[in-house]
Order: sequence, then structure tokens, then C-alpha cells
Amino acid sequence: MKPAPFEYAAPRSVDEALGLLGEDSKALAGGQSLVPLLNFRFARPELLVDLNRVSELSYIRRSGGVLHIGALTRQATLERSGVVWQHWPLLAQAVRHAGHPQTRSRGTVGGSAVHADPTAELPVALTALDARFHLSSARGRRTLTAPEFFVATLISAVEPDELLVEVEVPALPEGARTAFVEYQRTHGDFAVAGAAVVRGPGDGSAIALLGAGTTPVRAHEAERALTAGAGAREAAELAAGALTDGWRRALTTELVREAIERAAA
Amino acid sequence: MRIGVEINGTLYQGEVEPRTLLSDFIRHQAGLHGTRVGCEHGVCGACTVQLDGEPIRSCLMLAVQANGRAVRTVEGLAPDGELQPLQRAFHEKHALQCGFCTSGFLMSLEPFLRDHPEAGEDEIREALAGNLCRCTGYEAIVEAVKSAAEEMR
Repeated sequence: MKPAPFEYAAPRSVDEALGLLGEDSKALAGGQSLVPLLNFRFARPELLVDLNRVSELSYIRRSGGVLHIGALTRQATLERSGVVWQHWPLLAQAVRHAGHPQTRSRGTVGGSAVHADPTAELPVALTALDARFHLSSARGRRTLTAPEFFVATLISAVEPDELLVEVEVPALPEGARTAFVEYQRTHGDFAVAGAAVVRGPGDGSAIALLGAGTTPVRAHEAERALTAGAGAREAAELAAGALTDGWRRALTTELVREAIERAAA
Repeated sequence: MRIGVEINGTLYQGEVEPRTLLSDFIRHQAGLHGTRVGCEHGVCGACTVQLDGEPIRSCLMLAVQANGRAVRTVEGLAPDGELQPLQRAFHEKHALQCGFCTSGFLMSLEPFLRDHPEAGEDEIREALAGNLCRCTGYEAIVEAVKSAAEEMR
């Protein structure tokens, strides 16, 4: 239960970090997923690039109605942000379920995204919110949508020499309401299933599922049904309809229904 | 690498490998054995300490990351031997059986009570969900936290 040896670097800027990242390196953010993997020796990087002293990656800003979250922003900071509670309540509702206060104090928004666990809360909420992911490398910058960013279980589109620097979240439709509901066996454990729901007036609805595939899953058909006036039960059945396991389908249906109803309340 | 970490107001310096966990630095190099090492992958909470007043898992942080930072361990709760209300309540309500998990509970709950002095039982139970007691002595722990919260109000 001790990591294998590695070289360690603690750059002070994004440029310095990008100069260090490469094939046998790993970027260390909050460490709440990576350090367990190091301790188990599932991950054995030659070089660990510690981002915790790159202060330019830690910010929450709202400009032009858009939310900009620096990749190193702690989950606890997101949880306590007045701007987030007021304008993107879904993120605050979701992050409360992520681990415990003792892990949210270190765990980061960017780290959770890059770790790409399909049962993690923030990737599902960010998928429902149509977030965009800004990546940097010595080769240049690129911006990905959530379906482009989340590739498969524990695999994001971030290349070994790339760094996720910012998550950008567009404004919610005026008057939209949100809810995040999940089922976990014990409090703070990884969730089994869950749903993030945005209910806008008009056609601004979004439903994203947790634990329904190898990435967060958008339920587009159910979203369209909701917009066309379907009830919570009908939309929830559509959202979970593709799940083949009967228990998981029933559980997800209930969670989506509850999230839709809470977002309407 | 040579590092210096302030723990409970005292500077501890030492030579560590980059892979040395903060929990091991606290126990082996600083010689502070109140911090316990349980699962070593962030689940059990026994190794909880405070970094800048916030509870963290010391098994999920490298010692080199704490270089130049201030850490507080359970030994820092009663530096002069006088127990804090929360510690007294644990004693009075018999909120420990084998005692292995106790320091982790204290280091998690101390900042929680500071930030949520009006916490009710549901909030208290949620706040201690990140710490496991393998003796399953949770009832007495919840009683102790309620009693400490009342005393601190």
C-alpha cells in the first residue's frame, strides 16, 4: 500500500507544467483518485507533475453569463460558491454527493472530470449543463464538448502531454430549475445510479444519467418528450429504457422521475 | 527531497522520497502516533488531519506536497493537556471502544462543529459518514457530538 518510486516536479505555471507532461508522466491535482491508484500501484508513472502550486488554475468566474471554473478549483470551493448556488445550482446539488468533506477539501473539479468515472457526480452534472472542456498542451489548445471529452470508463480525451485547464459552463435558460438525485449504498460511497435534470421553460430541458454506461449519458429522447409535454414518469421510462438490466432500469427510472419532479417543484 | 512541515506549531524537517505519504511522515518522521493509518486509500478516515483548518486524508497527500504548509493533528487539539469540549464529550459519552478511529473522528468533527454550531442529529450523522468505526460504536459518537455542540453553543 505504498506507491512505487517516481520523480516529482511541482511547477508554478501552466507553461512550466506543459513542458514537463509527456508519455510517462501523470498530472496530480487533488489526488483523491490518483493517490489511491498510486498506493495500490495500479498507476506507476515515472514522473508526477504536481499542479497544486499552479495558482492560475484555481478560480471561479462568471463573465457574460458564462461560468469559468479553473481545473484546480477544489470541490469544497465549488460547494461554497455563492455564484454557483445562485446561477448553476445543479453543480452545488451534485458536488454535495461527491465523497466526503475530507475529500472535497482536496478533490478538484478538473481532476474529477479527467478521472472520467461514469459513477462520479460532477461529470454527469457537467454533461447535463453542456459544459465545454478547455485543454492545453505545448502543441496548442482545443475545446471539447462533454460527449467528446468523456471517452469510456476512466478514460477522457486528455492526451498524456495535455492538461485540462478550464471547464466552461453556459448560462442556464432563464427560469430553469435543476435537481440531482442518486442512489448510493452508504453515504459518500460511489453511486450506483443517478440523474441530473435541468427543466427549462420551453425547450431548455436536459437529463444526464449516472451509472448508465461507460460515460455520462444524455437522454435526448426523454428530453424531447419532456419538452413536448410528457409527464415525469413517461420521460423517466424513456430515459432509462436503453438499460438492459431490469433492476438498474427500474432504479434509474425512479431516480430520473424523482429528479424531474424535484426540478419542477 | 528535504522538506519542512509545520505540525501543531512545530517545524519538522526531514529527508523524504517523493512517494512518502503525509500520514507516514507524521508518524515515522515527526513521531506523532495519534494519526492512524487504516485503509491507505481514502475510505476509512482514520488518518484525517487538518490542512489550513480543513480536514483532509493524510494518506492521500504526499509529504512533499505539505512542504512549507501547516498541518494540525490530534495532538494539536489539546496542546497543554486540557481537553477540548469535543474530546471531553467523547470521554464522557464513552464514544470510543478500541480507539483506533477516534483521532480521525475528532479531526473531522472539530472543524464541522466550528462551522455548524447549530447542527442537528441528521447533519451530525452526515458529517461523520467519512469516518469508519469498525467497532460500530456510532450511537455513542453521535451522542458525544450532540453534547459537545450543546456545550459549545
